[in-house]
Amino acid sequence: MAGSVKERPKHLNLFEIKQPLPAVMSILHRISGAGLFLMLPLLIWLFGLSLQSPESFEAFKATVAHPIVKLLLLGLLWAYLHHFCMGVRILLIDIHVGVEKAPARKSALAVLVVSLALTVILGAASW
Amino acid sequence: MVTRTVVGARYGLKDWLAQRVTASIMAIYTLVMAVLLLGRDGGYEGWRALMANGAVRFFTFVFIVSLCYHAWVGVRDIWMDYVKPASMRLLLHVLTLLVLVGYAGWAVQIIWRL
Repeated sequence: MAGSVKERPKHLNLFEIKQPLPAVMSILHRISGAGLFLMLPLLIWLFGLSLQSPESFEAFKATVAHPIVKLLLLGLLWAYLHHFCMGVRILLIDIHVGVEKAPARKSALAVLVVSLALTVILGAASW
Repeated sequence: MVTRTVVGARYGLKDWLAQRVTASIMAIYTLVMAVLLLGRDGGYEGWRALMANGAVRFFTFVFIVSLCYHAWVGVRDIWMDYVKPASMRLLLHVLTLLVLVGYAGWAVQIIWRL
């Protein structure tokens, strides 16, 4: 039809497009993975401290009791749980479970809710 | 003509599959360890004894190797998505590999000293 030519290219400004929930969860999967990677030295150091000796175990307990470390570990706990739940979702989609739009949106919401809920529960239990 | 960059995308399923396999291994390990750790008193002796157990140590080793391989694929994907100059990409890939190999050795010696 003449006169109804759509404007091309469409703008793809990430900050102006409304991202559907699965897209947001996907970005968070990457961010949580990157965060875990960056914090690996801290986690391995704490792991070693907790196992080396009874004295180092006490030092480990004192370190993780520090409010800033606690907050950081709470963030990493969320990152691990989110990455875990989103990973399970990706594996399910890989084997063709929940590929359609509606279940894919539902499972994305489930990832968000379950990982946050588990963070609160496990965080509260170990606080 | 197809130009192939040595640090460009791979041309096969190997890493994609390895990412999934290592993820599954880590997921199962996480669930089993969560069950083993549930309801413990949180003291040093019990924690040490658990990690020094032969089977736990074996699977922790597998977990560590899986984690590093998985992180390699994931972090490399991030560099490939956002870093375009081949020289910079190569440098970041090498640095990522180096730290991951180092982390693996560090983590493994922690469990092997028990």
